[in-house]
Amino acid sequence: MSAAVVLPRASGADMVADTGPLSHLRRDELESFGAELDSIREQVLADRGARDRRYILGLIRTQRALALGSRLAMLAACVFHPWLGLPWASFPAFLAVLGLGTLGLTIAKILENMEIGHNILHAQWDWMGDPEIRSDRWEWDIVCPSSQWRHSHNVVHHTWTNVMGRDRDIGYGMLRVTERQRWSPFYAVQPFSFLLMMSLFEWFIALHDIEVAHVWSGKRSWEEARPLVRDGLRKAGRQVLRDFVLWPLLAGPFFLWVLAANLVANVLRNAWTFIIIFCGHFPAGVHHFAKRSVEGETRAHWYARQMLGSCNIEGGRLFHVMSGNLSHQIEHHLFPDLPSNRYPEIAPRVRAIAARYGIDYNTGSLRRQFGTTVAKILRLSLPGPVRTRR
Amino acid sequence: MQTADSARALFPGAADAPVAATPSRSLRSRLARAADLFAWPLRSSHYLELLNPLWSTHTTWARVVEVRDETADARTLVLRPGRGYPAHRAGQYVPITVTLDGRRQGRTYSISSAPGRPPRPGCFAITVKHVPGGRVSAHLVRELRRGDYVALGVPQGEFVLPEVARPRLLLLTAGSGVTPVRAMLQELAVRDALADVVHLHWAPRAADVIFAHELHALAASHPGYRLDVVTTREGGAATVPGRHLSAELLDAYCADWRDRDTYACGPRALLDAAATHWATHGREDRLRIERFQPVLAPVAAGATGGRACFRRSGVVVETGAQQSLLRAAEAAGLAPAHGCRMGICHTCTVTLRSGRVRDLRDGRVTDEPGARVQICVSAVAGACEVEL
Repeated sequence: MSAAVVLPRASGADMVADTGPLSHLRRDELESFGAELDSIREQVLADRGARDRRYILGLIRTQRALALGSRLAMLAACVFHPWLGLPWASFPAFLAVLGLGTLGLTIAKILENMEIGHNILHAQWDWMGDPEIRSDRWEWDIVCPSSQWRHSHNVVHHTWTNVMGRDRDIGYGMLRVTERQRWSPFYAVQPFSFLLMMSLFEWFIALHDIEVAHVWSGKRSWEEARPLVRDGLRKAGRQVLRDFVLWPLLAGPFFLWVLAANLVANVLRNAWTFIIIFCGHFPAGVHHFAKRSVEGETRAHWYARQMLGSCNIEGGRLFHVMSGNLSHQIEHHLFPDLPSNRYPEIAPRVRAIAARYGIDYNTGSLRRQFGTTVAKILRLSLPGPVRTRR
Repeated sequence: MQTADSARALFPGAADAPVAATPSRSLRSRLARAADLFAWPLRSSHYLELLNPLWSTHTTWARVVEVRDETADARTLVLRPGRGYPAHRAGQYVPITVTLDGRRQGRTYSISSAPGRPPRPGCFAITVKHVPGGRVSAHLVRELRRGDYVALGVPQGEFVLPEVARPRLLLLTAGSGVTPVRAMLQELAVRDALADVVHLHWAPRAADVIFAHELHALAASHPGYRLDVVTTREGGAATVPGRHLSAELLDAYCADWRDRDTYACGPRALLDAAATHWATHGREDRLRIERFQPVLAPVAAGATGGRACFRRSGVVVETGAQQSLLRAAEAAGLAPAHGCRMGICHTCTVTLRSGRVRDLRDGRVTDEPGARVQICVSAVAGACEVEL
């Protein structure tokens, strides 16, 4: 028997597509690509256990200790303020301790939002049966209520990733991130919108989920939006009360200093999450899809679309944790409900499969991914044809 | 007593729910609520828990403060619950949640110590027998160490002493069924009410009797308490005939059983025999039974299992006519919310989308889309699709 049978390249009818990034694959090849990814998923599902629980519990404890410790450090900083006239008073020491508290709170908020909150809300940890760590009960530390975000993100974005007209996360209704979006004068200011969005990202997410633009244009009724707005305002109120009123009040005469420290921590967190998230689907080389192309999509085809529509960021272990493992955006989009600590473990296997089937696996340094994103957003603020380049 | 691993009642407010849920106007609770505003979206309790799990109010934790082997396969765990934990009544049980292989598992166990009694002030004990094949009981008996934590629910159950000063009692226990009764005996001894109590206990061999030393000592020091141990296996493994509960045996050991308040706790065979016997003689009002497993209806001859589709999880499994949907889901790697595992607490209730399910307790078949189904006591009948 011969060791291998070389099949003739089949006729067009057996091919996945006539054009585009999958046009080199036969349908059965695409299906076996899907089967290989399915088997990775099943292996991880079967292997989940005590090790994973230790990871998430350890992370949650660390995050809480850091958050509380940092807030207490901000208060402790006040005893160094020269205004109190204590023997050890020193303005640099005051700023140093306050800065340390601010940095710690920033990191705590990032961990809470990304590696902890985002992934719990994806039901990655529901298998533990822990009532304290469940997707339908977790509330996270940003202004957008988790119930609203779970719909817009898990259902809409993860199902319709990068499908034009379906995925509302393509530019978040604010930015032109692909030339397939028709240019309008509104996009001319997008270098400015980009910076605004970066510093106020959590507020944009909250508005995005209420589909403010649709309410404005009448596509979504006010009746439908009202409960969302009410819940959103209630949540936002509590967030603002805690960070900008209650904790600063504890500092007494140094109210404004602690308020500023909280503001800085929130803005830094916004900027970091914005940078990581924008590297997920906007860098150069990422693919977008027409609504028509996903009709009758098989699971394997869905996998391929998720892979083509997502981008990874390379980095060390700490970087991956600080990015909520969204640096493994491809693995996350293929398997949104696998525990995030498993993404780095399966990434080499996923990448090898992608290479074997000749499907783009978009990965690069933070500099490359964010750099090309910024370049694209600047370029697309202007009309005219775009020459694609990797 | 430990439940068999497939058994009993975690009511709503099971081991994972906070024990002190009612808002109170005390200064402490006002302070806690004010502190919660600083901790939002968490509660101040989540931060206190970092320092000491026993200070937590969002989950009631208990620390294992002592571990004592009772027999070759039974162990007493002395637990110190967090502050504000309610006192129990002798005979009640408590929901306990442990973590196995990263997954939370809830069971209920009878409290084996009387309230306010040793082991230690502020503590209570459970006594667990390792059920062959039972993973939770194996964990409690073999793996849990001093200093470990378990989550608790509130003490509950109606298997408690009558409200009379010196009750005339007949206690029927077998195996680990002795555990709630031991708490009762301690309670009666403290109240000096151990005046007329007959206790019949079954065990395979004398060495298997949990609390043997203590019970015999109690009998020696209290003339009003008589203990008879019936061993069902002696010498080799052969079962000695005529040693199980029967009219003759009962008349031989306790001729005036009709006039006593009787408490029975143990394996299903004993409880079924007792229930039948007392009912036959029109005395069922004098018998109290503590069951650890649901009473299941016989499976109809034509009953088949079939395909269960868990819609939300996208999992489809083939299961038997006698396997609950909860077990089938767990076998498929899912972790549905559940409590008692015997159809009491409704924690596991989900919506039936289509198909047919059979209630394992009474054999009733439900096929109405939109019906609420308790998956811990329901099996697929042909095929079904549920919101899980």
